[in-house]
Amino acid sequence: MSLKSFSRGGVHPAEHKLSSGNAIQVLPPPEVVVIPVSQHLGAPSKVMVNRGDEVIVGQLIAQSEGFVSTNIHSSVSGKVLKVDNFSDSSGYRRMAVQIQVEGDQWIDTIDRSDDLVKNTVLTSEDIRKKILDAGIVGLGGATFPTHVKLMVPKGKKAEYLIVNGVECEPYLTSDHALMMEKSDELLAGIHLMMKGLGVEKAILGIENNKPDAIQKMQKMTEGTSVRVQGLKVKYPQGGEKQLVQALLKREVPSGGLPIDVGVVVFNVGTVYAAYDAVMKNRPLIDRIVTVTGKSLSNPSNFQVRIGTPVSYLVEKAGGLPEDTAKVINGGPMMGKALSSLDVPVVKGSSGILLIREQEARRKEVQPCIRCTRCVGVCPMGLEPYLLMTLAEKGMYERLEQEKVMDCIECGSCSYTCPSARPLLDYIRLGKAEVGKIMRTRKAV
Amino acid sequence: MSQIILFTIGTLVTIGAAAAIILYFVAQKFKVFEDPRIDEVEEALPAANCGGCGFPGCRNFAETLVKSDTWDGLFCPVGGNETMAKAAAILGKEAIEQAPRVAVIRCHGTPEFRPRFNEYDGTPTCVIIHNLYTGEGGCPHGCLGEGDCVVVCDFDAIHMDPVTDLPVVVDDKCTACGACVEACPRDIIELRKKNKKDRKIFVSCINEEKGAVAKKNCSVACIGCSKCFKVCPYEAITMNNNLAFIDSDKCKLCRKCVVECPTNAIHEILFPPRKTDKTEPVEAETKIGD
Amino acid sequence: MQKFIVSPSPHTYTGESVPRLMYGVIISLLPALGVSVFYFGIGMVIVTTVSILSCILFEYLIQKFVMKTRPTHMDGSAILTGLLLAFCLPANIPFWMVMIGGLAAVGIGKMTFGGLGNNIFNPALVGRVFLFISFPVAMTSWPEPGQWMQYTDAATGATPLGLMKEGLAMKTVGEIMPEVPSFLNLFMGKMMGSSGEVSALALLIGMLYMLYRKIITWHIPVSILGSVFIFTGILWLVNPDRFADPLFHMLTGGLILGAIYMATDYVTSPMTAKGMLIYGVGIGIVTVLIRIFGAYPEGVQFAILIFNGFTPLLNKYIKPKRFGKEVAHG
Repeated sequence: MSLKSFSRGGVHPAEHKLSSGNAIQVLPPPEVVVIPVSQHLGAPSKVMVNRGDEVIVGQLIAQSEGFVSTNIHSSVSGKVLKVDNFSDSSGYRRMAVQIQVEGDQWIDTIDRSDDLVKNTVLTSEDIRKKILDAGIVGLGGATFPTHVKLMVPKGKKAEYLIVNGVECEPYLTSDHALMMEKSDELLAGIHLMMKGLGVEKAILGIENNKPDAIQKMQKMTEGTSVRVQGLKVKYPQGGEKQLVQALLKREVPSGGLPIDVGVVVFNVGTVYAAYDAVMKNRPLIDRIVTVTGKSLSNPSNFQVRIGTPVSYLVEKAGGLPEDTAKVINGGPMMGKALSSLDVPVVKGSSGILLIREQEARRKEVQPCIRCTRCVGVCPMGLEPYLLMTLAEKGMYERLEQEKVMDCIECGSCSYTCPSARPLLDYIRLGKAEVGKIMRTRKAV
Repeated sequence: MSQIILFTIGTLVTIGAAAAIILYFVAQKFKVFEDPRIDEVEEALPAANCGGCGFPGCRNFAETLVKSDTWDGLFCPVGGNETMAKAAAILGKEAIEQAPRVAVIRCHGTPEFRPRFNEYDGTPTCVIIHNLYTGEGGCPHGCLGEGDCVVVCDFDAIHMDPVTDLPVVVDDKCTACGACVEACPRDIIELRKKNKKDRKIFVSCINEEKGAVAKKNCSVACIGCSKCFKVCPYEAITMNNNLAFIDSDKCKLCRKCVVECPTNAIHEILFPPRKTDKTEPVEAETKIGD
Repeated sequence: MQKFIVSPSPHTYTGESVPRLMYGVIISLLPALGVSVFYFGIGMVIVTTVSILSCILFEYLIQKFVMKTRPTHMDGSAILTGLLLAFCLPANIPFWMVMIGGLAAVGIGKMTFGGLGNNIFNPALVGRVFLFISFPVAMTSWPEPGQWMQYTDAATGATPLGLMKEGLAMKTVGEIMPEVPSFLNLFMGKMMGSSGEVSALALLIGMLYMLYRKIITWHIPVSILGSVFIFTGILWLVNPDRFADPLFHMLTGGLILGAIYMATDYVTSPMTAKGMLIYGVGIGIVTVLIRIFGAYPEGVQFAILIFNGFTPLLNKYIKPKRFGKEVAHG
């Protein structure tokens, strides 16, 4: 089989898929969970419970506010301890619901059996409604509400469903585990999403470092309208725009979305969650999280309830190793460093990565020697060295002309820079400032 | 030989004359009338081009001064009333006096009072840290200590104290241009009215968390207890979102609030020591400005 | 409680560094250095040592006492500049001239612009051109290869390009060719010329190593060599009596050294692949123009310096192909 890949830039960091091949372990709920009401892109949801309320698994605790927003459900059964501000992964305090776990009682509409439900009489409208109700968001990390993506805007037509099983971030294996263990459900989910979107063709893209998953999915999809495509291992292939280009040779326009070229992209985790939501009436109350690190005794793939503290996960994976210096929520390329383990797992958490002391620090920044590596690896065809200088000097107009807003913040430039220059730090700053300027301009 | 010289001179003179005539007409055609008073006013301005007035440079400000009939909201913080009076005299207009102001750092989260829970290892720029997370200390409003304010100061009036990890304003040099206020991603810096002998009383905290949370992050945080609010005889103190604020225009520097504050969040600076006080706040005596 | 380190993403790096890149280039120059020592003996050793040491010394002194910054003289860039400077000097040049060249290279070529990463022109070439203009006689009397123990007293002669330039005034190419070394000798490096530029073979081995280590990309060397080959080839086809054949042009003078090492200098070459190709073709064409129609027998160094000057312009106007077309937004 010929392998495909995106054409511009890209890097290949060491893969370190330590927890690859480990079965998904279902973790029991912890003693206390903290469920933030803003786990998705868009407006925070409105809290529906009060202190002292009894809640059970699957109960709605925060309701969608507006179109780009979603519902949030209790992931445990127990008593609401507090509705207050709690530190999120950046340390800033945001509204969340804290629940003391008591027993494990579920809402009875949820089908908790393992039976595979394949066919449905639901219309695409019903499917969207169910997905909205279940609070499904993109589980790849962007956490964009899924029901919004299923609504194809007027004047545009979806032609392909692309399912993202790339998992190009080093270390992370949750999608891999999912594809291996829940392949039937995943396939049913893909057909479901195709129905929801009204498309005839679907492509599942998987990187070549998961040959078992490619093989398995290929075997299962033979003779169906779902095609499995192997991809060369290259970061950031999991980026929507890169994946669409790799699979279909279509380039999403600058500032546009995949739907502009007739494509909708979902992560495998999202598709699986959508299957659960529609066929099993099961809202998004848990997700698969990779807990990994070179010194960690048991790198694992856990199925954990939303709101579980990170410290609980680390404990279950063998405890925090002595030499841990950095804890990352996500993968090493795009993940966010945590300042404390006392933060909850949210819908967008794909992994917890513990980095050892010797690999945790940045190198000393040297002057730019114009080696052109950053330009060469940029998957968006930008010039990171220039963007960094412009952002540093506050030249935001120039920055906008140089297409800073196209940057997908994949970090390939900073990763590859021999002078250890903080390219992405400044580009991110520039994006924030240019974004502000653009918003005020729109408002005027 | 002489013929060549004469020819050369002749050609050059002709070219020169032709060019002069063309230039003259071009200059006439594209002449832009500029009010000569703009130059005069610009001369009177401090030429710092700091942007403190809200205009890109001194010349733009001078143009606006010449054009505007009333000078509402037009003020050069660097030159102050003196400069504005001079400009007013040139134009025969009336300057609106403003009390001189000075930048004040409203955070006292030194490592001693605000423990550092983690270590930042990235680009040492406040705004990047602010966009990333709360910072090394837990306080989401506290000074990040990387000196974005120092970088933007055109007057060398602000510098970082390596011990406290906080910026220090040099009152004599500060022109209240507001560049640091703009640069600080956490809005810690405030322009306050300049008092006699550079005396100041202010709440050195902008944290709006609830008292218990604030206290956990920083022992000298304002906890919103309202004690100062109650004791103030001049209604200079307002309470908002668990935070006390002293209006520098109303404050009469009576120092009653300083003693009341249970967390020493209110600072008095450059005052003579109190004689009768027993519960002398340690922090209040620390001279923060030079 | 454990204090974690927090930093913005990414959290992993390649492990590549400026010194590693610089020493990589230096390693790739070792075969050429070996060949030069083999042909020019003690003179090459003295010139190279003095050149490297003076570049390091001047970089240290200027950073320490003039710029008052932390000296970075051991990051490999000064050594590389010194080595490249030595490579484009005759092996019999007095050592004090080499020191002046080192001062010009590091002082004028690099430090006046603010040090590593900020210079417009290739420092080694600045040093070479400085010496070339200041000491034209010493810079154009080339030692004959094979004199092991002679230094400044070595017997000298003209380079193949010099022979060609002078010869063409009254003779045809066909008559001159027997006077220059055979193509095999030109390829191996047995000819008169600047100490490091003689051996095409050793330099090409160095290039392969740099391409393998991904220190440079193919764009600049290939576009320079290719455009020189094509341009001289056309001229040769037009009139083989007046113009030497392309292979002669490829193997003589500093073309290969320039194309592989001088023009590919990171700091002074364009940032995009397209820009690199334009830069390379430009250098190739200007080199041929100087060699054939100009006053000097060799033109690579000037061509590279001229296009160093064009690099900021190329960076400004030649952009990489952006991902995705532009669409109109409301």
